[in-house]
Amino acid sequence: MKFRGKIVDVACLNHFTRVISTISKLTKSCILRLTPQHLFFVLSGKVTNGGVSMWCELSQANFFDEYQMEGFSPEDNEICLEVTPENLSRALKTTQNAKAVKVKLTKKHCPCLTITAELPTLSSISRVVTHDIPVEVIPRRLWHEFKEPSVPDFHVSIYLPPLKTMKNVVDKMKNLSNFLIMEANLRGEMNLKIETDLVSVTTHFKDLGNPPWGDDASQGGGAARRWDPEAMTQARVDIRKLQQFLIGQQVNPSKAMCNIVHDTVVHLILLHEDVSLQYFIPAVA
Amino acid sequence: MGWRNVPYEALCLCFRTTMPLSTQSQPGEQHVFVASLDNARNLSNILKAIAFKDHAIFSATPNGLKVTVEDSKCLQANAFIQADIFQEFTIREDLVGFQINLTVLLDCLNIFGGSAVSVAGMSTVLKMCYRGYGYPLTLFLEEAGVVTVCKINTQEPEEPIDFDFCSTNVTNKVILLSESLKEAFSELDMTSEVLQITMSPSQPYFRLSTFGNSGNAHYDYPKDSDMMDLFQCTKTQTNRYKMSLLKPSTKALALSCKVSVRTDTRGFLSLQYLIRNDDGQICFVEYYCCPDIEVDDE
Repeated sequence: MKFRGKIVDVACLNHFTRVISTISKLTKSCILRLTPQHLFFVLSGKVTNGGVSMWCELSQANFFDEYQMEGFSPEDNEICLEVTPENLSRALKTTQNAKAVKVKLTKKHCPCLTITAELPTLSSISRVVTHDIPVEVIPRRLWHEFKEPSVPDFHVSIYLPPLKTMKNVVDKMKNLSNFLIMEANLRGEMNLKIETDLVSVTTHFKDLGNPPWGDDASQGGGAARRWDPEAMTQARVDIRKLQQFLIGQQVNPSKAMCNIVHDTVVHLILLHEDVSLQYFIPAVA
Repeated sequence: MGWRNVPYEALCLCFRTTMPLSTQSQPGEQHVFVASLDNARNLSNILKAIAFKDHAIFSATPNGLKVTVEDSKCLQANAFIQADIFQEFTIREDLVGFQINLTVLLDCLNIFGGSAVSVAGMSTVLKMCYRGYGYPLTLFLEEAGVVTVCKINTQEPEEPIDFDFCSTNVTNKVILLSESLKEAFSELDMTSEVLQITMSPSQPYFRLSTFGNSGNAHYDYPKDSDMMDLFQCTKTQTNRYKMSLLKPSTKALALSCKVSVRTDTRGFLSLQYLIRNDDGQICFVEYYCCPDIEVDDE
């Protein structure tokens, strides 16, 4: 297995750094899948991480000037690594004004992603910073655990309000309660609710709009079509999971939306031009 | 789109479609207390200045709102927000009182972030309603078209301690510009268990002393200092106050522009802070503190 990539453009580098930083705020450890066209950061919903799962998709051509890889085999042309995004993020932060950054899969004392940054100098002597980030190679037989999740058969799909407003509200609600109820209907209305012995707080958002999913949307039985447009679907979630998702967002995405399967799961989707992030928070009783 | 001019019943109507049943207002429902503010920060800021304990006693009278917080029966803080600070202030009884969790209230008031107003019109509009004994305090907050409804449970109000501090018993009084006291407080030796205040018609006039690990320190203010607005001391008095009790008052000091320091014949301390809010209106926060140990006058 071989992998090497090179980023030259400063804007691409900054963008890549931001994406990694966002992911590092969402999870301590995740799977990085490298394919000839894409990079995927994947977290599958295990009990140990509270059942939260994540799927982040980057098109390599939008970030890398050079990108070469050789996967497990010609049929399974992929590389699957377990990484600590925090380490990647820390390494990338030191490369902010680098002339070029290379990312390479290497074999040191253990498998590593080696990030090499060529820093600008005034003299002719070059300055190069190298970070070796230990990774774990995931064997082929376990790959099936890290497949793209299907869009759940949601009852309501709705655009999210400005994430900053939502973050402020969720931050304050977190001080008051451990759980939050997300409610939404097909009339573009969404409520965030908490209820405790001391206080009940409901924030009402309206005119958010519901994304047009068309027929190919829900791969299930089209629960949204049978749902009363006025009725609120709801899911009660661990407020820390939602807060984590909101803290990570450093740039306002071009589209932010949320699918709710009644009492089952909240599926959050952020679309940037060349990055998409999906985040699943399971509902709790 | 603010709802400050909309009558309350109309406001409820526009909520009715989205609000759960429990938050709907019943027809003909009477609130004993309704108050609204264009800028919720004008209330939350002043409440922060007394937020050193969870429990606060609210007392509303036709003159305005008084919020009281106490600690260990030795310290009492009162925030006074006059009725005319509010855009609407309706009270149907002579006195409406209840106890509430102040930390929860502050989280609710700042639900939209509560950051400084950067763009005009981006402040949080607030409406507070209370139906009476046994009912929650309901807050309606609106910012940029987003509405938050909070229902905070209330408790039976406890009787605040009467410190019996009346102006006729005041022996010494000074009014200072807060600036000068902020400086002193930021440099106070916090390892000292007590703050000793000396007020006297003669030298050293007004002195703050600490007795900490690294030695004793004295802060003297001459009576004709520019920082001294008023100096009325009739008798030399030296009293000690627990630093831990005085510390919460620095929150009020930070917001204030003037502070009046008074002691009475028993050595009780009254600190009154004059606070100007975002809109230039004036509110007061007052701290009462018991003396720690009697020090014999020399």
